[in-house]
This record gives sequence, structure tokens and C-alpha cells, in this order.
Amino acid sequence: MESPLPTFGPGLDPGSSFVDLLRQVAPHDLPGASLTGAASAVVPVEVTHGTTVLAIRFEQGVVMAGDRRATAGYTIASRRIEKVFPADDFSGVAIAGAAGPAVEMVKLFQVQLEHYEKIEGEVLSLEGKANQLGQMVRSNLPAAMQGFAVVPLFAGYDHRRNRGRVFSYDVTGGKYEEADFQTNGSGGVHARNWIKATWQEDMSREDTVDLALRALFAAADEDTATGGPDLIRRIYPLVAVIDATGYTALDDATIAERSEALYGGREEGSGL
Amino acid sequence: MPFYVPPEQMMKDRADYARKGIARGRSLVACSVSDGIVLVAENAFRTLYKISEIYDRIAFAGVGKYNEFEMLRVAGVRQADLKGYSFAREDVNARALANAYGQTLGQVFTHEMKPYEVEILVAQVGETVDDDELYHILYDGTVMDEEGSTVLGGQAEEIARAMESRFSTDMDSAAAIRLGAAVLAGPDTLLTADQLEVALLDRTRARRAFRRINGDELVAILDASS
Repeated sequence: MESPLPTFGPGLDPGSSFVDLLRQVAPHDLPGASLTGAASAVVPVEVTHGTTVLAIRFEQGVVMAGDRRATAGYTIASRRIEKVFPADDFSGVAIAGAAGPAVEMVKLFQVQLEHYEKIEGEVLSLEGKANQLGQMVRSNLPAAMQGFAVVPLFAGYDHRRNRGRVFSYDVTGGKYEEADFQTNGSGGVHARNWIKATWQEDMSREDTVDLALRALFAAADEDTATGGPDLIRRIYPLVAVIDATGYTALDDATIAERSEALYGGREEGSGL
Repeated sequence: MPFYVPPEQMMKDRADYARKGIARGRSLVACSVSDGIVLVAENAFRTLYKISEIYDRIAFAGVGKYNEFEMLRVAGVRQADLKGYSFAREDVNARALANAYGQTLGQVFTHEMKPYEVEILVAQVGETVDDDELYHILYDGTVMDEEGSTVLGGQAEEIARAMESRFSTDMDSAAAIRLGAAVLAGPDTLLTADQLEVALLDRTRARRAFRRINGDELVAILDASS
């Protein structure tokens, strides 16, 4: 007798993992399911790429930010793509790399965290969430070998340690905890240099948001694939702050106001 | 040596068995009020929940045998998350889930060695009281679409009668929690915060409407006079 609800025989129960559930019930819905069988040579299709993202720790939490450009080869694929997402109430994920698989991965990651929370009745530790994301990056490795690499940044507020934490990954799923900040994507190195030169231990939340905006501006200045603030169309970077109160995406008006205050008059003498 | 049992008798025996099991446990009240759907259960355990979140706007509640309704809860969360992932979050609804539960319970009732000794509720909060949905599902798979309020458990009829005269969908969640606690306790006794499990599907919350109300918050609500 077939039950309309998913049920599992002994030894097959997926427990609190949504990914394992999906693997058993609907493997075709797993990200990259159709890619693994594709030819192993680098595919000549132009895929959309997201570019610069960053995460910076400050005393009360973490700031995550990303520019809004996506490119496909030398073409701008999108001017308003979003690369910073809430993973749950107290963590966020920022993506660089092939935009399609990256967005899929974020969607799966969000469901995975919420699924665990509902089944188990408690929230995963921040370390646990970071490891989960690492496993997803690792399972994307076959696709990465074909040119669809996804390398996220993960950051969140750790309630057990009462501080913000930043994690980065490589394409094999290797997880590395960063002391204070990390960047990723084609403009990442320029953003990182800017942060490295100016970051301080006791920066306020506002100063850290400003630093994130400046670092993205520096990246956009040097890297063609990173979009700067578009004052004509009023498109600004996405900035989110995660602290003990949760994940807050800053609204457009605030970012617009900060962007104009920071970039106005920056032409002279500052190197920007 | 096989012997004949008329089907009527067999079904009646199973139903009696299930009802007896359910009557041994404590009851649960759910009602739809101005700021959301309130779920109140008598529960002496602190972490073995009868009321839980299924999805953004949907809650689950069960009475009877804990391990049986817990299994149904987990299956419901899986079903909802799978559907929301492969379609869209807004495509997950309580009605489909209630039907799936009804079919599962119906099949177990007729085909398995023993029926489930549970009664469950699937509640979905809408934009107004009129959009709220309360599905009450019995041990044999019967699905009922209730309006306003419903009571699950062995003493359901008594409690529903006590509730009827005092309940209105215009009340707020705090008043509904006090009413739920009072009708569950009965006329001569009083239930304290640590004997109750309370949750709210909050109409005003953006995505995940489910919220547990416990600790100091619940004590304050129970202490306030209506």
C-alpha cells in the first residue's frame, strides 16, 4: 500500500537532512543532477558569473556585502543580481562563481537549515551550518570541474561564543574559518586589500558598513566584472548586518545615503 | 484455525481500541482569533511537544500516542519542505497535507495490525479569520474542516461545550490562551504555565508565522485578568 506521505524502510530514513531526503525521494531535483553526466571537457557555453562579495567581522557581529553585477563573458548579464542571502535568522551566505548553481545551492542550504530546525526542534550550531555548506560545495565538485564552480562565503552570529564568525570555502568543499574578514570573486583581491589596510578590531557597525561599501567601490574600480554603485539607475550594493538580534538587510535608502556620502569628493587624493 | 469475524465488528473493535488510547491522553484546543491561530495543550513534558511548526503558515498538533503523531509530524514536515522546494513556498497548503494525513491514517486503520491512537490537527493561518483553515483528522482518517475553534482528545465534547459559550473569533490571542487554559482545566481546577504548551500562528509575522509562547511570557498572559 503506497502512502501519500514520504515513508522509509529500516536503514533508509534520512533523519533531519533535507539533502538526504531529496536524494531518496527526488534525486532529479538535486542541484547539478543533470550536469554530472555531461561531457567532461570544459563546456563552451557562456555561463553567468557573480563577481565580488565580502564578509567583515566587527565587535558585535558580521557585515556581508556584494556588488550587483553578473557577467557572461564580456557581456553584463544582470545589473541587479543579488548575491547576499539570509541562510537563516542568524547567518548569511554570499556567493561568487557560476550564478545558476550558486543560487540553487543557496536555496537548498536555506531549506536544509530550516528542515533540520523543524525536525530536530533546535537550531544547528554555527559550526554545524558551516559544515553543511561545505558538504554542498563538495558535492558540486564534478560541476566545478566543468567550469561551474561555486565558492560561497558564510558568516553568522555564534550564540554559543557571542561573536560573529566568517568562513570561506574552496571548490573541493574545504572550509576555512577567517579571523576577521574575507572576500571572494573576481574583484575580491582588490576589496580584500582595501579592507586589510583599514580594518580595525574596535570598528562600530556603521564604520564596518562604510568599509564594506568602500571595499566594493575599490573592487569595481579595478575589476571590469564588478559593478560600482549605479547612481543613474539607483542600484547600490547589497549590505546585510548579522548580530545578536538577527539578520538585517540594509534598505536601499540607507545604502544610497551612505554611498553618496562616501563617494562624493573621493575623486581627489584618496586613490579612489 | 481461522475463524470468521464480521467486518462491522472488526472495525468497531479497532475504533474502540483507538478511542481508548486517545482518551488516556490530555486534550488540546485550537482556535482562530483576531491576531492568529492559538493552540493550547495540556502537556506535563517540557520538550516532548504536541504542537509544532510544519511550514511558513502551517502548524501541526497531535494528541494520543506520542511516537505515532511524532512520526506523522516528521512526515508532514518532509512533505511540505519537498513541495516548497520543487515548486514554490506559496504552493504548500494545509488542505493537501490534511488529505495526505487522512489517507495515511485511513490505510493504517484498515490494513495494519493496530490503528494509530492519535487525533491530529493541521492549522493554516490566513490574512483574516475567514481565511484561516483548521483540519481535524481522526484515527480512522476522517478529515473535518472546522471553523473558529476545535478540540482534540478524549474529553473533546465536554471541553467544546464549555468553550462554545465563551469563545468569539474577535478575541485576541492572549484572551484565547486564557480561555484555552480554563476550559482544559475544567471548572474546579487550574492549569499553571508549566502544565501547558502554547503556540501561536501569528498573522502579522512576515514568513514563518509559528511561535511558541512559554516561560515568563506565558505566565504574564495567564496572570493578566481578561
